[in-house]
Amino acid sequence: MQPTRVISRHTKDLDTEYKWGFTTEVEEEVAPKGIDEDVIRYIWAKKQEPEWMLEWRLRAYRYWASLKYEEPRWASVHFPPIDYQGIHYYAAPKSVTGASSLEEVDPEIRKAFDKLGIPLQEQSRLAGVAVDAVFDSVSVATTYQKTLEKLGIIFCPFSEAIQKHPELVRKYMGSVVPYSDNFFAALNSAVFSDGSFIYVPKGVRCPMELMTYFRINSPDTGQFERTLIVADEGAYVSYLEGCTAPIRKSNQLHAAVVELVALDNAEIKYSTLQNWYPGDKEGKGGIYNFVTKRGKALGRRSKISWTQVETGSAITWKYPSVILQGDGSVGEFYSVALVNNYQQADTGTKMTHIGKNTRSTVIAKGISAGHGNNTYRGLIKIMPAAHNAKNFTRCDSLLIGDRSGAHTTPYIEVRNPTARIEHEASTSKVSDDQLFYCQQRGISEEEAHFMIINGFCRDIFKELPFEFAVEARGNLAAGSVPPPDCFVGCRLLAMTIRKRISGTGY
Amino acid sequence: MPQALAQHKSYQADFERLERGLRFGDAPWLQALRRQAMDSFDQLGFPTALRGNEKWKYTRVAPIAEAAFEHPFDGQPDRVQASDIQGIAPWDKGWTNLVFVDGRYSAALSTPNGAGSSMQAISLAAALATEEALVQQHLARYADFKDDAFIALNTAFLEDGALVWVPPGETLPTPLHILFITTEHQKPVVTYPRVLLVAGSNSRLILIESYISLSSNGYFTNSVVEMLAEEGAQIEHYRFARESPRAYHVGMTRAYLAKDSVLKTTSLTVGCAILRNDLMVLLDAPGASTEVRGLHLTNGVDHVDNHIDIDHAKPYTKSNQYFKGVLDGKSRAVFSGRVLIRQNAVKAQAHQKDYNIILSEGAEIDTKPALEIYCDDVMATHGATAGHVAEELLFYMRSRGLDRELARALLVRGFASEIIDGVGVDSLRSYLDRQLSQALPTHQPERSL
Repeated sequence: MQPTRVISRHTKDLDTEYKWGFTTEVEEEVAPKGIDEDVIRYIWAKKQEPEWMLEWRLRAYRYWASLKYEEPRWASVHFPPIDYQGIHYYAAPKSVTGASSLEEVDPEIRKAFDKLGIPLQEQSRLAGVAVDAVFDSVSVATTYQKTLEKLGIIFCPFSEAIQKHPELVRKYMGSVVPYSDNFFAALNSAVFSDGSFIYVPKGVRCPMELMTYFRINSPDTGQFERTLIVADEGAYVSYLEGCTAPIRKSNQLHAAVVELVALDNAEIKYSTLQNWYPGDKEGKGGIYNFVTKRGKALGRRSKISWTQVETGSAITWKYPSVILQGDGSVGEFYSVALVNNYQQADTGTKMTHIGKNTRSTVIAKGISAGHGNNTYRGLIKIMPAAHNAKNFTRCDSLLIGDRSGAHTTPYIEVRNPTARIEHEASTSKVSDDQLFYCQQRGISEEEAHFMIINGFCRDIFKELPFEFAVEARGNLAAGSVPPPDCFVGCRLLAMTIRKRISGTGY
Repeated sequence: MPQALAQHKSYQADFERLERGLRFGDAPWLQALRRQAMDSFDQLGFPTALRGNEKWKYTRVAPIAEAAFEHPFDGQPDRVQASDIQGIAPWDKGWTNLVFVDGRYSAALSTPNGAGSSMQAISLAAALATEEALVQQHLARYADFKDDAFIALNTAFLEDGALVWVPPGETLPTPLHILFITTEHQKPVVTYPRVLLVAGSNSRLILIESYISLSSNGYFTNSVVEMLAEEGAQIEHYRFARESPRAYHVGMTRAYLAKDSVLKTTSLTVGCAILRNDLMVLLDAPGASTEVRGLHLTNGVDHVDNHIDIDHAKPYTKSNQYFKGVLDGKSRAVFSGRVLIRQNAVKAQAHQKDYNIILSEGAEIDTKPALEIYCDDVMATHGATAGHVAEELLFYMRSRGLDRELARALLVRGFASEIIDGVGVDSLRSYLDRQLSQALPTHQPERSL
């Protein structure tokens, strides 16, 4: 084990609020503002998609239009009405021509990703991680595609998959999240532009982390990407997504759909480091992250695991879920959600147990600071056929600041007598006893807070992919590349605490 | 829903009839109160919406809204004899008993002795004549009918009920029992039991509220209990319901707790067609605390819904919820608890637990223990479990020679007994113990022990 570095001494780092807020000057091609059938056709034509895709998009659009711009309002998040006609539904850098080789990528865009610590050269620092970089509505580069191809693994932009692997796309797209699932899924299905597609063939264990990095750049655009991951029998894949956006005064909508399908004995591990622009201290600007993520553990003894670290976005509203359909399948959900200033989060998971001997574990940690409001909302549903289903849920909330809110709303529905469901939750502040203990041993108050918060999230951080964690430590030591978002989230929080303490003349 | 609309009209007609034939020359304020409540009910209607209806998410109110219930205008409280309820209702001669038959006070059955106490426990109808100022001061103060259709309906049809007033500093020597009986009618009836309890500062009392039936038909009990605990008052409250299996019962309890007051409430429920136990406690001053416990036993196609809402409005308030359920047959039990800790309520403590055992295929548990917290210096936890009797425990008992069925029955019994054992009134506890034996699946040991 490397000795732990006391990060909080680098107060310079902490003073920066949101480090990824720069904009990139590239000429972009954008669709006219607003949405109607012509815009859907425009996107379809831009992507040169086959006829069946147009039908699919239009069906979704017509369903969405029938909802009359009324988003569901049951979540405990508050936002002014969204002007759906004031958004560009498609924006792409002009220089991108569906580039496959790196030389074709606009140097400005390359620079942007370099700045984000996501180098697109394959021999770069993030060795062992294959990256699909998505810039606004399009994928600009995908690394290691050739290496992966040798194993039969398909890792490509979604639009490329529609062209090259239509049989797989048609079979699985919408099979987990149908277009009629909810308001934002319908909108996404109508206008989605890009995202990643992964197919891991039978018995193949993907040798490297696959990663998609989403970057919103253009103003007044919405990002609507779609990710589909299929793990065939006995396959394994670990996937990581990261996301950032420039600082802008107005809110931007990000409504993605992620579908995972795991066949017999397959395993998918999906990790998210979400760091969209959270808005400023007064709560102005920031991304609305309204995402539908769902996995279907279709095969016997299949496994789907979600790990998410949510530090960004003005509003996070998502429930990465697992449908445990195959007998003996396993679903996991590990989450840290951090809200600060005026951020809001309503996040959690849904575990639907259908098959026999299915198991699910939910560990959720919520941290609320400033005026932030954090809600865990989760559903554990045991269907009548799910004999011997088991679930364990633990959700803890930590409150920092007397203007913040932490809410826990679990829903448990059990319709089988052999099921075993356990749910535990707690809410508190950083305990005075723990702080006293640390300070008594010479650790400053700020560092003690940081340690305690870090410990609070440890169960989740340890679920992050190993390679990435190693890389993260390296980055921290080097100090030049921005550290992974989760750590920075923690550090920002420690900063907040320090400010609050000094503000109150503690 | 034309059916529900027709029924709504029949409530309106009944209300008009009630207004016309006012029995006890009501004061204008009471008439105005009823009118307001009826207007509120007209506006709200029954909460039958399926979308966005978090409070009634797991309970369909439509069967109640669509059913036709008669208002028992010509109630005859005297037709029930003491012998009719013997063994059916919890009863102790030593208690102060107030009995209501189909919503009307029965002087013959009641024993309002109140010996050695200046406590008032009288029928609300009588209180309106003698204690009007007190009633006017408190009635409908704690149970808000503006946003709840069932409270509105009860208040609109407010005719009789119990008024309990305990003077400051007084400790009631005996438990106070308020019994509501629904009798056999040709057509389904609706009754509106109402209790108003005012516990003066530093007073102590035990209140037992029970609902039983002499009929096996369907009917609708729509009850409202309002409680005020003034500074330092201690209320121990039991709520027992064993309605007809075909009955609908919606019981609204609203409690307002002042400084350092304590409310301990335990609900014991035997399932029926739809039973809603809806409790809201407002902890409105430092030091106020509440302990809410409950046990529900369901069978057949029963539906029991415990909805507990605790509002920590002030600092240093405490709440503790503990619910247990045993489900058999194709019954369904719902627990939806909400703990709200407001922004300034520092050092609040809140705990919530809901444990369930499902005995048979087809039974369903829906539990939603929610915490809503806006203050950082608090301690709040909740836990919920659902499952069957643990295999390890069964194995342990079987390895000692008990057969599977007996072991299971003992374990279930032990699970349920925890709540009953906490009952502080001996005669009530032994009564509940017998109820438990009847309600739980019986075991026939293969051989004697």
